[in-house]
This record gives sequence, C-alpha cells and structure tokens, in this order.
Amino acid sequence: MDLSVRIGSLVLKNPIMSASGCFGYGLEYADIVDLSSLGAVVVKGLFLKEREGHPPPRIVETPSGMLNAIGLQGIGVHRFIREKMPELRRLGAVVIVNVCGSSIEEYVEVSRILSDVEGVAALELNISCPNIKEGGIQFGCNLASTGEVVAAVRKATTLPLIPKLTPNVTSVSSFARAAEENGADAVSLVNTFLAMVVDVETRRPAISNGMGGLSGPAIRPIAVRMVYECANEVRIPVIGMGGISSARDVLEFMIAGAAAVQVGTASFVDPFIWPKLQAGIEDYMTRHGVVRVADLVGTVAFGR
Amino acid sequence: MYTFPMAPLDVSARVLRNTRLSADYNVLYLEAPVIAAASLPGQFVMIRTAAGTDPLLRRPFSVFEILREAAGPPTGISVLCKRIGPGTARLYDAAAGDSLPVLGPLGKPFSLVPPPAEAWMVAGGVGLAPFASLAEAFRIAGAKARLFYGGRTRADLFYLDWFESRGVALDLATEDGSLGAHGRVTAPLDEALRTRADGLPVTLYACGPEPMLKAVAALARLHGCPSQLSTERVMGCGLGGCYSCVVRVRGEDGTPRFVRSCLNGPVFDGSDLIWE
Repeated sequence: MDLSVRIGSLVLKNPIMSASGCFGYGLEYADIVDLSSLGAVVVKGLFLKEREGHPPPRIVETPSGMLNAIGLQGIGVHRFIREKMPELRRLGAVVIVNVCGSSIEEYVEVSRILSDVEGVAALELNISCPNIKEGGIQFGCNLASTGEVVAAVRKATTLPLIPKLTPNVTSVSSFARAAEENGADAVSLVNTFLAMVVDVETRRPAISNGMGGLSGPAIRPIAVRMVYECANEVRIPVIGMGGISSARDVLEFMIAGAAAVQVGTASFVDPFIWPKLQAGIEDYMTRHGVVRVADLVGTVAFGR
Repeated sequence: MYTFPMAPLDVSARVLRNTRLSADYNVLYLEAPVIAAASLPGQFVMIRTAAGTDPLLRRPFSVFEILREAAGPPTGISVLCKRIGPGTARLYDAAAGDSLPVLGPLGKPFSLVPPPAEAWMVAGGVGLAPFASLAEAFRIAGAKARLFYGGRTRADLFYLDWFESRGVALDLATEDGSLGAHGRVTAPLDEALRTRADGLPVTLYACGPEPMLKAVAALARLHGCPSQLSTERVMGCGLGGCYSCVVRVRGEDGTPRFVRSCLNGPVFDGSDLIWE
C-alpha cells in the first residue's frame, strides 16, 4: 500500500500534515507523537523577529468549531533555527515552515534565511492570517499583491513554495491561479474564516482582538468546496484543510482534489489522532482496493 | 518550562461517583490509575465532556484529589467542577458508569516548601480545585498547612470537614458574611500575615479569580513571602500547540512576554506574573 504523495519536488511518506499554528513548533508534541510519522510537520508562522501576539482571551468555542486570534505569537526565524531545528532534524521530522511578513521584503528575507537551513523541506507562505493588522491577509486578499509576493519569494528560494490561501475572498480559485502563475509549487487552503462572537452579557466581543478566525468541523464543507474549485483551476497540487477530524474527512478532501491535507483543530481535541487517521486511510484503501493513495486525488464523480 | 516525568496519557476514564455539592458545584471521581499515579498537586487534566463536536474542545481541570483505596496505589483522581457552560453542565450531569476521555497529567505542579515553613493556601470559589491534593501532600510531608477560603455565600464553601480532618486550619470568608469573615478572603489573609510569629516563614499557594490572585501577589510582596499562583485560562489543547492560554510574565531579561500557562504553568511564581 502506497501512502506517499508528491508536492512539487517533495515526496511525503503520507498525505497527513499538522496545520500551522495548531502544533506549536512540533517539539511540544514530541513525547506523544512520532513526528517522523507525519507526512510533514508544518510549524507555527515565523516573522523575522519575535512577536508577542494578542492579549488573552485568544479563543472562544463555537458550535462544532472555535474562533482564534492568537496574533502570530512567535519566536522569530533566527531563534527557530537555533532552538528548534536541531531537535526537529534529530527526530526525523519533515519540516515545512510557515513564513510570515509585514512587507514583501520580510517574506523574502525570512524565506532566504530558511533556504539555507538543513532539514527545512518546504516553505508555506502565510498570506492569509485574518488576525493581524499589517501583512498576512493584506497580501492574500488582493490578486496583484498575491502575485507580487509569490514572485518575489520565488526568486529567493528553490525550496517548494506553498502559498496558504484565505477563504475570505470572493473567488479563492483566482488566488490559486495567481499563485501558480507566479511560481508557486502548490497552494494550501483554507486558512480560517473571519468571524465574530459577542458576549451578550457584557456586549463585548468574546476574544480580545474582536474578530478571529473560525476553524473546526463547522467549516469543513465550505473548505471542501473551495479545495474542489482550486483543484479544478490549477495544475499544481492543492493541500486541503478545514475541520478535518477523521480519516473519512481526509479522504473527502483528497477525493475532492487535495493532494495532501493538514489537520489543526482536531489535534487539540485528540493529540493522538495521527496514527488513527493513517490507519483509517489504510482501512479504506483495503476496502476499496486502492493501491496508491494518490490515485484518489480529484476522483469525485458528478452525476448519478 | 516543566519537564514531564511521564508523557501525558489519554484514557477513557469511568466515572466512579459524581457528588453534587450544590446547584452549581460537583466533584467527579474518575477511574484513572496511571494518570493518578503520575499526578502531582497543581497539575491538571483535559476532559472531553461529550462525544461528537459540540462542545468541541476539552476543558482543563486541576487535579483535586488523588484517590486511593486504603493505603493502596492510586486508583483515580477527582476534579472539582463549577457549572458555567455547556461542557461543565455535562460534567454536572454525568452519572456513575459514564466514560470520559481524560488527558493528563499536564502542566507544572506546585513545589512543596519543607517544614518548618508553613503552607498557606488561598482559595476563591472554584479555586479550591487544586488544594485537596496539595493539603494531602503537606500532611504527608509533615508541613503545617492553613487554608484561607472565600466564596460568595456559605453554601459555596465545600469540603471544610475534609480539610479540618487533615489538620488544615481554616480561615473562611464570605462576601455576604454568612460564614467566616465578611468580605474578601484576602482580608483575613492580610491580618494573619501581619500578626504571624516573628520570623515564621510562610509560602502562599493561591488559586481563584484574577483580582484575588493579584491581591495575593501584592500581599506576598508586602509581607516578604514567596507565592505560587495557579492561573486559570481558556485553553485549547493543554499541550502547547495552540498558544491560547497565555499569561504575561517578566522574562529572564526582565521584559514582559506571553508564555503558555499549560507548559510554563498553570502554577507561576507570583513575582513573575504581570497583571493586565
């Protein structure tokens, strides 16, 4: 049974990755998860410098979901390379770094620095964080800016480049196309949906930032639709995410067009989910006589 | 950051008993021998309150008691719950024989001061949650322990006989004056610190609402006592993955920074915390 998938020049042993911002720097889980068993560990977003993030409360639960505005708290790219990469290498993790920036120059600089680091397998370009004022989504909500930042980073790195797209646009597939046309090797989607929860007793927003990003099973059907649309728009691989909580959900995304997937919120609830997902996929492949999991990608059939 | 002696486990814990203390409070006794054997006072567990996705996230609970049968090995833990939302409502309604996913032990425990120093615990409301196991640890260590315990009204104060039977001196306070001192629990604490025997070393252990913790930290500074404060935060995962549960502390270089209470806490040195 072959669970491997290809993302540009990168071959992953299986299609299941951690989602950025939901798995720390990976090492937080090293005692309970075999990091080398994941297709890739996508680490928390990194700017050039350390970043404090938003004051608490940073999350609030919603029906079958949660809202977060962490504010990209992070240790910065230099400390990451110094303090986290050696252990990630030792544990055999395939590391994808989520790259953040407040300017095109910062995206380029962070990407250039990471390109020289042994063990960094690919870069995910965070142009979709809904929770910070500068950077992030301002690039991801404008087609020209998306093209510009992807093109600029493309010149700075030979690593597989994966812009992470926001669903908070009218047509996410046009952003996938802009990423492809400017040299992306893949796209990942969806980041969270901009949303809001109000505490009616206090008449204040439930989280300190006011608005935040919605994740969890509540968003899954919308994410599946967007992945489907993007996979039909571009030739590069699409990495799907949004509410995946079971092997069934992984398969749904792959059949809709995702070459691989990321799991975020579900691992908060069940940090031991990873081998269960893999076992569930293997069981499905056995039941359906599928030899290569990659053969499932984009096989959704319309018509009855 | 605290180094776990044992990696946390996720077990399906059978509810042994659910004691409803009032219309809002209950103590849930959970069969979880391995987690219990590894748990230290001040640590917490993440409990999934329902199958399915609503409520979605686990809820953090301090380890209240470590359960044993006679002098045997630990059989489980109890948690003190207050019903405040749909998750805690489910725990209030839980029945013996139900099973709940329990992840733990997690977080940094209290550190126990050795005698002759006295341990003064300060609890506000559901902030009693970490103190039964801590009192038990002090009893075993032969350290003198005292509990300052405040609530809105006398019906909100629980386990008084339990603590007294373990040699813990009680100082109670209620906001309506129905039991103990009238007002906040920090008033009798302040009085006791002022009037204590000259040179008596005291360490304060506190858990409760943030204004209470802030007041305890201020009293600790005023009276020259160390303090260990158990913070409560909305937590997403309990393992350091989500960065939801941050508290602001003074970093090693003196600058303020957010750290995750699940990994760097929930117990913090009161002098390190910066209040919002």
